[in-house]
Amino acid sequence: MSNATLTLDTFLSPEYSTWCPGCGDFPILRCLKEALVAQEIQPHQVMIVSGIGCGSKVPYYIRTNGYNSLHGRALPIAQAMKLVNHKMHVIAVTGDGDGLGIGGNHFLHAMRRNPNITHIVQNNQVYGLTKGQTSPTSDKGYVTSTSPDGSIENPVNPILMGVAGGATFVARTSSGDPKHMTDIIIRAMKHKGFSLIDVLQPCVTFNKVNTYQWYKQKVYKVETDPDYKPNDKLWAFKKSLEWDEKIPIGVIYQDTTQATYEDQVAALKEGPLVNQDFNEKVVANQAKLLEAFC
Amino acid sequence: MTIKIGGEAGMGVESGGAGLTKALSRGGLYVFALQDYMSRIRGGHNFFQIRVSTQELFTHSDDVHLLIAFTKDCIERHKHEIVKGGAILYDESLGYDAASLKELGILACPIPLVKLATEIGGHRIMANTCALGATAGLTGYDFERIKDIIETNFKKKGEEVIAKNLAVAKAGYDAAHKNYAANYQYKLEPVNTDPAKRRMVLHGNQAIGLGAIAGGCKFISAYPMTPGTSIFEYITAHANKYGIVSKQTEDELAAILFAIGANHAGVRAMTCTSGGGFSLMVEALGLASITETPVVIAEVQRGGPSTGLPTRTEQPDLEFVISASQGETPRIVLAPSTIEECFEMGWRAFNLAEKYQCPVIILSDLYLSSQLRTIDKSRFDFSKIKINRGQLLTKEQLDKISDYKRHAITDSGISPRAIPGHPNGVYVTTSDEHTEYGYAVEEAEVRNKMMEKRMRKYEAMMEDMRGPELYGDKDAEFTFIGWGSTYGSIREAVDRLRKNGMKVNFLKFADLWPFPEAKARPFLEKAKHLVAVENNFTGQLANVIRKCTGIGVNSKILKYSGRPFSPEEIMANFKEEAKVNV
Repeated sequence: MSNATLTLDTFLSPEYSTWCPGCGDFPILRCLKEALVAQEIQPHQVMIVSGIGCGSKVPYYIRTNGYNSLHGRALPIAQAMKLVNHKMHVIAVTGDGDGLGIGGNHFLHAMRRNPNITHIVQNNQVYGLTKGQTSPTSDKGYVTSTSPDGSIENPVNPILMGVAGGATFVARTSSGDPKHMTDIIIRAMKHKGFSLIDVLQPCVTFNKVNTYQWYKQKVYKVETDPDYKPNDKLWAFKKSLEWDEKIPIGVIYQDTTQATYEDQVAALKEGPLVNQDFNEKVVANQAKLLEAFC
Repeated sequence: MTIKIGGEAGMGVESGGAGLTKALSRGGLYVFALQDYMSRIRGGHNFFQIRVSTQELFTHSDDVHLLIAFTKDCIERHKHEIVKGGAILYDESLGYDAASLKELGILACPIPLVKLATEIGGHRIMANTCALGATAGLTGYDFERIKDIIETNFKKKGEEVIAKNLAVAKAGYDAAHKNYAANYQYKLEPVNTDPAKRRMVLHGNQAIGLGAIAGGCKFISAYPMTPGTSIFEYITAHANKYGIVSKQTEDELAAILFAIGANHAGVRAMTCTSGGGFSLMVEALGLASITETPVVIAEVQRGGPSTGLPTRTEQPDLEFVISASQGETPRIVLAPSTIEECFEMGWRAFNLAEKYQCPVIILSDLYLSSQLRTIDKSRFDFSKIKINRGQLLTKEQLDKISDYKRHAITDSGISPRAIPGHPNGVYVTTSDEHTEYGYAVEEAEVRNKMMEKRMRKYEAMMEDMRGPELYGDKDAEFTFIGWGSTYGSIREAVDRLRKNGMKVNFLKFADLWPFPEAKARPFLEKAKHLVAVENNFTGQLANVIRKCTGIGVNSKILKYSGRPFSPEEIMANFKEEAKVNV
């Protein structure tokens, strides 16, 4: 298949979606395909690893290499796949509870390693697939079946964590603005290093607070800020704290000076691990390896 | 003869012990060294027990002929293990009452170890080097062997360090030789010093690591946990040279997930841990099983439960690892019982994992992981390693495929596997139950077929599982049963019992799951009296045998103190359990 024939249909999966009509995951799926077409990346050149949740069904609905893993566990698998084949584009797709709650520790450590992968957080501030419980990103006071008096915890701020945690590309986009989202996905994938995309993704069934309308009234394009300085960490920290009044979308932080994890692994200097010699070098050195114990 | 070196952590017990072990082995002698240490970096009481012989050794023994004590506490703890005519070599400044030792029939050998180290070498840390020299002086062992090992061990530290250590060792040698050698009857003599004929001295974890990389392991991800860590360290030390990716992860969840991801992406990958870390890995075992991803896990057991006994040995996880998962899943469990088997299972585990596209667990334990044994190099023959990657599709095969089904239903239950990256091998897989194409599904009919397909792997696996090995008399009154690191002590107990005229034998199980029922049954049915010997509270192999064959054992010799069995201990327990005179 030549690149010229790449269209959205190239990525068409035979599976029908199980998402609710109007779900904020639809634009994410569409924008992902558009980003791949725009970059002329073919299905076999990209691996999409997801966790568990409504949004983590993305790999079923797009024809690429896909691995729908366990709840919270997408990032370790995605990092390993990148280490074994660093020529493959690797995208991790998780929800907010998935990526920031149960997978929170993996998230922290993935960022500080700066692997050249993209992490899309489908952030709907609620547990959708288990029918509407509080999520780590639920706002304080948010009422659900497991927080009937309103959540009394402070929400996780993925952007703030991204900037603090060592992600070298931190952006937010919204399911309400697909054009923006496609652009952000492309820029994230082109970034060399860990790129985090926090997607404001309304759950039309279980979250009656953070709706398309609610987001629409609050979001603004961060680059319209006259002081826009995404390579300035302190500025990015300030921006990442904005939420209550208005919510910035766009690239909030980017550091292009850091080496990726894969760049620094000696074993990968000779190319992707998957293409390297099997055990020939070890077998050829039998005498030396055994002599070391004598 | 057995030499025991003991003292506080940080006094050089381990380095002194390791040095002596190698010095004896380089003299052509066989050694078996047992390390006993506490979960602390300083203080406490550690010891290193070296058994040496002209015959090959497989285990330690309780009788001590020479104790090298760096503390008074060490003398108190171990003086009753010393045989008549044995000796204690200790630092003069401990001021231990030599007369009381004489009453026990022990030769007291106070030597100013610290003083000589400080005055000649310039640092008290060399007291263990001094003791090394003194040991040679007392036993008549050739000082050249000590010199050789000092030169090897301190090569990287330079000439000056070597010279100082040699001078200190020589002073220790002279002091012991002059004052005590004439009164000490246990002597050591090199039998072969030809460097070309040197044998290896290594422990079980190094052997697993070496076996793994010789078998094509290209990726290891792990979280440090005693006693699994030294597998990780061995492979990591060779990572750059041999093109291996080594990744220390944030926890054991990530450790196994990285290994699963790496296997899925196309290379042989493993993780290593102990029971606690394995507990965290259980979730991902189910993932590997349902996505049919090969993965090798070395679970080096220690005393449990929970944090338990971090630096002590036990075999408490067998029944856990054979069934650990959400849902029912096929897996293979191999338990090496010798360092040779550690090496073999290191590469064989990958063949089985790729052949059956499922988890393979190498179940070792602390005793095996840290025992040092002299082994001939010929036992590790890389040319005998046969690589079998199972039904892994080649590029040429993929070029011809048009409708790829990753989880195709087959008679064997095994589906051809594509490494992601080929245009014809694009597929998704999932931890949900799925169709042949890998899409999530809940239909009962598909579910049944998939469940049956995965579990069908057990039929072929059973062929690959080796039955128990019989050691000792063909027809015996008593048959010992064991697995893992108890091998050496059971074997020696059998040797000694037979020497005493008893008809006994030993069935050693190594391939534990799926339990090789058909291959084991004839042996078990033939046995007149089965005696299980296990380092756990319940006799877990005996339980598995009963579950799989309906055959129960007659007696159990169990130990869960965190210490390994000695042959003497097995014999004493056997006498009591089986009500026989031995």
